[in-house]
Amino acid sequence: MASTPDIAALSFEDALKELEVVVRRLESGEAPLDESIDLYARGEALRTHCQARLDAAQARIEAVVADREGRPAATRPFDGA
Amino acid sequence: MAFPSAPYDDDDFRKDGLLASERAGDNAPALSISEISAQLKRTVEDRFGFVRVRGELSGVKRAASGHLYMALKDEGARLDGVMWRGNAQRLGFLPEDGVEVIATGKLTTYPGRSNYQIVVDRMEIAGEGALLALLAKTKARLEAEGLFDRARKRALPFLPRVIGVVTSPTGAVIRDILHRLSDRFPSHVVVWPVLVQGQGAAAQVAAAVRGFSDLAPGGPVPRPDVVIVARGGGSIEDLWSFNEEEVVRAIAASTIPVISAVGHETDTTLADFAADLRAPTPTAAAELVVPVRAELAAQVHDLQARRGRALARLLAHARERLEVRSQRLPTAQALLSPQSQRLDDLSDRLRRALVHRTEIAAGVLARHGGALRPALLTQRLGRERERLAAQRLRPEALLQRIEHARGRVEALDRLRRSLDPEAPLQRGYVLVTDRDGHVVKDRATAAARVALTLKFADGPLDVTTGQGPVPTVSAAPPRPAARPRGATDSVQPKLL
Repeated sequence: MASTPDIAALSFEDALKELEVVVRRLESGEAPLDESIDLYARGEALRTHCQARLDAAQARIEAVVADREGRPAATRPFDGA
Repeated sequence: MAFPSAPYDDDDFRKDGLLASERAGDNAPALSISEISAQLKRTVEDRFGFVRVRGELSGVKRAASGHLYMALKDEGARLDGVMWRGNAQRLGFLPEDGVEVIATGKLTTYPGRSNYQIVVDRMEIAGEGALLALLAKTKARLEAEGLFDRARKRALPFLPRVIGVVTSPTGAVIRDILHRLSDRFPSHVVVWPVLVQGQGAAAQVAAAVRGFSDLAPGGPVPRPDVVIVARGGGSIEDLWSFNEEEVVRAIAASTIPVISAVGHETDTTLADFAADLRAPTPTAAAELVVPVRAELAAQVHDLQARRGRALARLLAHARERLEVRSQRLPTAQALLSPQSQRLDDLSDRLRRALVHRTEIAAGVLARHGGALRPALLTQRLGRERERLAAQRLRPEALLQRIEHARGRVEALDRLRRSLDPEAPLQRGYVLVTDRDGHVVKDRATAAARVALTLKFADGPLDVTTGQGPVPTVSAAPPRPAARPRGATDSVQPKLL
């Protein structure tokens, strides 16, 4: 592939989009075989990245604590819900 | 305010005079202007210390001091008004010309100008119709500024890492949002608690939106990727804070994409117009802000499966193509067969050529060998013999030639004998030579020699000429200078 940005730096969406591109390219059968193997490997890395992002999803609810001037100073667990 | 009606009906006043004069029974002295003005002021302020008036704003002007000057009017009258800075700042809306308001305050006069006016403590919009009219005007103004332009709208992040929520920390709205988020995609949410209604609500909401927008990444408060500004349903008055210019401007200026979710689906506030996306309800905002995790997982899974199948298919296809081509690939044998065949052909021809050649040679041999018979040779021998026999070898011919030769030999010998230089010696001639045997033919030559040899017929005699010293050799016995005459016969055959 012409450019292979670091997958870890990709957002979930970009990784998912690239995974789709990879799959479509593989499915089109236009890529040379050698490249297809590389594409497959990159697809695997992208999938792992996406999956990790999905698995890492967990609720974390915080509330902003403002200082005297009303500026956000810190957060505390949100207990309003 | 009502003026005293027609005080000039009194006849007394018609008697105009040049000078003012005290009249009988008139014990009231003339009042100074200040006095009457002060009285009037007192009367007005006492009588109208607390009034509520309804009218349309006109000539609204905010002075540099912060005081708000305006006039209230209806079809027939006009009342100037002022709102001191402190109260003006607490106004729940931005006063504008044409807005019908109810102002609460007291009347006062301004003696220096023969004026009276109302000092407004509070001012509210006079009814929903007036509120909507104000809303329309504000909207038109902000719209003209471009705050609601479609081009300003930013795309929401597909999957925000942090979601900011500006809303009341209590109540159903934040619960609904958090619930729906955890259903779809459990996320990191930062709530900025604000008042969403009443005095100061707009300022808090605006401050929260600006606060999120100003957060630096990596600070103590995580910077959201998207901000939801939310409030539950209510009357137009309840939602009014979200129509406030301050809130609208904060949302429009936010560096983070903003979703507005104010009221119910039918409620529209100016905040909705300024936001990057309007959600009909707070719950809907939660749905717009994150995708469904399970769907994404399914999508990833689907892509994974398609990826596997695609490669498998590709490999199968490649294998198939390889196979088709391998089948079409000629075998080594087939590749070599033309040459091999040619080799076979040539070696065959080589063999046959040799055989053929020998056969030809054998033919030639046979053809020629047939002619080679002994008779050929014997025939020739016979012929030669005949020719030999024909040659008669006659001795006469030879003898004749010998005789002829002999005759010639004798004639020549006679000639020889007549030419012998020593023949004259027989007749007494002498041959003079020097000691080296050279013939001395004249006297001059002889005189130059010391010794000479005289050759006689019977032998040589060495002599001295007497011209020089006599050599010792003259004492030696004389050598036979010549053989006897008869000796010549034995030499004769050498001449032949």
